Amino acid sequence: MTGDEACAEGALAAGCRFFGGYPITPATEIAEHMAERLPQLGGTFIQMEDEIAAIASVLGAAWAGQKGMTATSGPGFSLMMENVGLAVCTETPCVIVNVQRAGPSTGLPTMGAQADMMQARWGSHGHYEIIALAPSSAQEIFYQTITAFNLSERYRTPVFIMTDEIIGHMSEKVIIPAADRIQTEWRPKPSGRKDRFLLYKPGKNGVAPMPAAGEGYNVHVTGLTHDERGYPEMSVDTQAQMMDRLCRKILDNRDDIIMTESHHLDDAEIVLVSYGISSRTSMAAMQQARAMGLKVGFLRLITVWPFAEAQISALAERVKGFVTVEMNLGQIHLEVMRAANGKVPCHLVGHPGGTIIAPDQVIATLKEAF
Amino acid sequence: MTTQTTRKYLRERFMPHIWCAGCGHGTVLNALIRAFEALGMSRNEIVMVSGIGCSSRITGYVDVHTLHTLHGRALAFATGVKLSKPELNVIVPMGDGDALAIGGNHFIHAARRNIALTALVMNNRIYGMTGGQYSPLSGYGISATTAPYTSIDPDFDVVALSMAAGATFVARTTTYHVNEMFDFFQKAILHEGFAVVEVLTQCPTYFGRKNKMGNAADMLTYYKENTVALGARSEKEHPHMIKRGIFIQEEKPEYCSQYDKVMERAQKGRP
Ligand SMILES: Cc1ncc(C[n+]2csc(CCOP(=O)(O)OP(=O)(O)O)c2C)c(N)n1
Ligand code: SF4
Repeated sequence: MTGDEACAEGALAAGCRFFGGYPITPATEIAEHMAERLPQLGGTFIQMEDEIAAIASVLGAAWAGQKGMTATSGPGFSLMMENVGLAVCTETPCVIVNVQRAGPSTGLPTMGAQADMMQARWGSHGHYEIIALAPSSAQEIFYQTITAFNLSERYRTPVFIMTDEIIGHMSEKVIIPAADRIQTEWRPKPSGRKDRFLLYKPGKNGVAPMPAAGEGYNVHVTGLTHDERGYPEMSVDTQAQMMDRLCRKILDNRDDIIMTESHHLDDAEIVLVSYGISSRTSMAAMQQARAMGLKVGFLRLITVWPFAEAQISALAERVKGFVTVEMNLGQIHLEVMRAANGKVPCHLVGHPGGTIIAPDQVIATLKEAF
Repeated sequence: MTTQTTRKYLRERFMPHIWCAGCGHGTVLNALIRAFEALGMSRNEIVMVSGIGCSSRITGYVDVHTLHTLHGRALAFATGVKLSKPELNVIVPMGDGDALAIGGNHFIHAARRNIALTALVMNNRIYGMTGGQYSPLSGYGISATTAPYTSIDPDFDVVALSMAAGATFVARTTTYHVNEMFDFFQKAILHEGFAVVEVLTQCPTYFGRKNKMGNAADMLTYYKENTVALGARSEKEHPHMIKRGIFIQEEKPEYCSQYDKVMERAQKGRP
């Protein structure tokens, strides 16, 4: 099946029963697959009037107790940004898939890129922390979509799946395990007296239990700065407390959220850093380089946000340099530089988008730079 | 009139409210919770979803599950709530800018789907929250902070627009006609389909002051003297007056029940 279909199947396996979407290449197949499958499972599919409405409907579904998802690409991702901030601020679990295509603007609608990585990090206004995953195959997108839902429920936060046109449209073998072999999580549920319930009083992991409409908690959910009770409060102190909790709930749990994959890092002198489709390029390049006798290792970012800063900083103490491989003109590259903190040189093998990066380009950079 | 039982719908712990003295939005709140009471509604079966604006702050004061979302997006948000739990009564109060400027697209599409949401358009013909700019319901010749030489923008007719877009219950009233509002709210809540109640509500602070309409009482008198009930004898005598009443109330397939049929078709032949 295609990456897009595997993503939809992963969502269903994770317990997603609401999809609000709006067609856009190369993400449309996710919506089409959900339109077919969700009603079979008693779930809801709706094609909304635009992407703003699509994500808003998903947030609404979340407050009615559902797990919801939307999927889009560049232009639609841009339209969703205000709602991403609302989801962060109100701590609404949801999964947002961006099947990246080359931009800016309408760009190359049918060709892949990885140039929305910083938009995923900072696209909505205000300061916040976010979770973003980057799958590199159809099989992986199936599993990562389940992980995305689990993280989103565990931390009550929007989670991005930053895939791309190439993975979305590529057909690969995908094994779907039996339902009882898939672990699915739900947001923490409140208990105790309903009239004394505090909407944003954190429990385990800094995450507060979340009631759904109709359960009798009668809470007020607002994107205004609010206190533990959920009451809007226009004060500097409340802002500081709310922000601290929102950010810490992610930052304090980085060990749980950040997933990476290491290849030959033990003896590596040069480390390739990559994610998503470009990690396939990097894997091939690493193997070629090793065959040539170069001590090259590869760090694959499965979680891109929060960034694997500690791991890169530690590597910077003992390797000779980093090469980041990504289909943009330097986004995660800058993060690698920041984490390496001037200790070793950092190079970029980038591309403006439209085609996959060839391993030869990585080899050429390795030869030239080191 | 607020009785002890009506008060159970009020979130008094959120008081004092943010509205100016004389603002019509409080009258809407009063009629709404009285409608809840008259219908014997449980607080647990009501969800209110609002956007951003003075009017949207109404959700803070009603002690039901309330969602205060983004400017213009309340209906899209509410669509997700309603489809996920069709058994809930979803009420969506909106300002005129909220509903028909930034939220205009969501408004016509929610109406087109005929999804059972109760949309309340609290029309003060101005952007109150941001300090008195003109809205798509201000109309020609209105003074606003962004129309210092008066507005050249024609306005929407909310009733005609709602009906053309497919709403199956459409009514208009004012904050002067509180019993009528109370009655229309109940009918709108009971309606199985997309219901719109436009309430002309005064913003003395900006619309009133900018347009020399006098104080809140003068503005209420204006509603009394310049509107006419549908079917009233005076309706023919005063064809130019603003009409109040229920303009349409019809039964058509509701979106959530239509979606049930989609599920049936999808599940046919499946174990
Ligand atoms: C995306 C966005 N744009 C603009 C605003 C600023 N804003 C807040 S309320 C409002 C208009 C309020 O007018 P209306 O909806 O008519 O309600 P009222 O305050 O008059 O009750 C605007 C423009 C915003 N909050 N969000
Ligand atoms: S500014 Fe106008 S709409 Fe807002 S609270 Fe005051 S009177 Fe009401």
